[in-house]
Amino acid sequence: MTLVLTEQRADTRREKVVKRFALTDTIFAGISRAAAILVLVILGGVAVSLVVGSWEALSKFGFGFLTTESWNPVTENFGALAPIYGTIVTSGIAILIAVPIGIGIAIFLTELCPRPLRRPIGIAIELLAGIPSIIYGIWGLFIFAPFVQTTIQPFVIDAFKDIPVLSSLFAGPPYGIGVLTSAMILAIMVLPFVTSITKDVFDTVPAVLKESAYGIGCTTWEVIGRIIIPYTRVGIMGGVMLGLGRALGETMAVTFVIGNAHRISASLFAPGTTISATIANEFTEADGDLYTSSLISLGLILFFITLIILAAARYMLMRIGRKEGV
Amino acid sequence: MSTIYPRRKALNGIMMTLCVVAAAIGLAWLGLILGALLYNGVAGLNIAVFTEMTPPPGQAGGLLNALAGSLVITVIAVILGTPVGILAGTYMAEYGRFSKLTTVVRFINDILLSAPSIIVGLFIYELVVRPMGHFSAYAGAFALAVLVIPVVVRTTEDMLNLVPNALREAGSAIGAPRWIVIRSVAYRAAMSGIVTGVLLAVARISGETAPLLFTALNNQFWSSNLNAPMASLPVTIFQFALSPYKEWQQLAWTGALIITLTVLGLSIIARSLTGRREG
Repeated sequence: MTLVLTEQRADTRREKVVKRFALTDTIFAGISRAAAILVLVILGGVAVSLVVGSWEALSKFGFGFLTTESWNPVTENFGALAPIYGTIVTSGIAILIAVPIGIGIAIFLTELCPRPLRRPIGIAIELLAGIPSIIYGIWGLFIFAPFVQTTIQPFVIDAFKDIPVLSSLFAGPPYGIGVLTSAMILAIMVLPFVTSITKDVFDTVPAVLKESAYGIGCTTWEVIGRIIIPYTRVGIMGGVMLGLGRALGETMAVTFVIGNAHRISASLFAPGTTISATIANEFTEADGDLYTSSLISLGLILFFITLIILAAARYMLMRIGRKEGV
Repeated sequence: MSTIYPRRKALNGIMMTLCVVAAAIGLAWLGLILGALLYNGVAGLNIAVFTEMTPPPGQAGGLLNALAGSLVITVIAVILGTPVGILAGTYMAEYGRFSKLTTVVRFINDILLSAPSIIVGLFIYELVVRPMGHFSAYAGAFALAVLVIPVVVRTTEDMLNLVPNALREAGSAIGAPRWIVIRSVAYRAAMSGIVTGVLLAVARISGETAPLLFTALNNQFWSSNLNAPMASLPVTIFQFALSPYKEWQQLAWTGALIITLTVLGLSIIARSLTGRREG
């Protein structure tokens, strides 16, 4: 009799515990799910808040905002063409410099470097990615820009002064700061991203493919050029796009050395501006809603450009990841 | 036929030399930057940097309020961002490992991970600063928290995915519900990885300047009011470096050295934590 009772009691107790566990589990699952959804909400929130903030400027200037070069806080006439141009040119040059060097380092690390040195050199290159962008800025302003001004620019201006297109590309007084200096600093900042992703996708090439190429007598360079790079093309593109996304949105380093001049000049030595540098320089000083709103519109444009670039990069890297999984 | 071999060999030699040169360039940049930082930063490093407030132009002083402000803002950002990041990572690796939502969140999270930080600053400006009507340390912390989340989500998910399923099954087999299995088995197994993620996030945000410019703003004086503008080391460096005053520029270099050593130290600690796991 008592045995049955205690058994019954144990049963109900167990039931209670199971119910409690089920409840707490549902709660925990719900909370973690909510946190995951919050990540989506944040990105959505960024988009919505930027659209709301830029509404005033965009409804006043309309589509012309994208094609106007003038940026005049006094007459409250704003156009985004100069910052957009500066952003694309600096990032483009940075990528042109960083990609060959980055791929070169990746080749060095995967094919040439003695094994014991691989890890230390790899870590050293990755440390470049860890250095905060403001450090690149202060270094660029005090060390690199004066060096460019006194050494590189006079030499280049002198060397190209008689060649038609190049002379206007490298014209003007050597300020030190300017579009090209910014692009070179961006290149250093993007380099580690290109290198580490290229290195990762190089490692996905099956050894059999490389060995068979070596087996028929290919040199290392031929194996790289004809086997490894074609096999990893999509992944390398993904890495380059990721680096481009970084370069487009990079703020502090560029703000220090670009000169913040709202104009488009043919010369790469002239000061210019980028979207992020304009926002960083002018946002706290912006008086008037239209000025602030115009700056947020610039942010919105940057957001959409980087969103598309980064999405494309991730898509490409996902494709190569899937190939690796098979 | 005999001419093609030397050509191929020469081309190979040239390209391989160029690759070595590329690696040398990469290492040289790192050396140049760290060298300049040490050379210029150490010159101004003394006890006053850690004990005195940021000076008015033309006078000597320190960085105490900027250091304290950075510390406060970073700590709040980590406290806000880490739980969200860990929970979201938990969902992606545990409850929703094969769900569509996880794929979408992973994709979006990767985009957030490399989104321009100045955009995050604008977002928080619209969300917090404008409704409140003034800049505040809270707003700065929120902006940095938004940057913490994707880093922590990513590492938490990766690390939980590395935990062998047999461990989870063993937990479930003795009757533990899912959340206890996660808490006592999965988290414990992935602990060092998750801590690494948090450290990397701290390293990332402690040098961030752009999102603080128009959220926490800056403050010349000591402030313990979280609802008011607060100084931070990166913003102070930005302001001082661009000023014409020698004393300010020197403080900027010293501050830059402090930030870099902190960030590199954190990432080396983080690396050694995961390195031990692999070994």
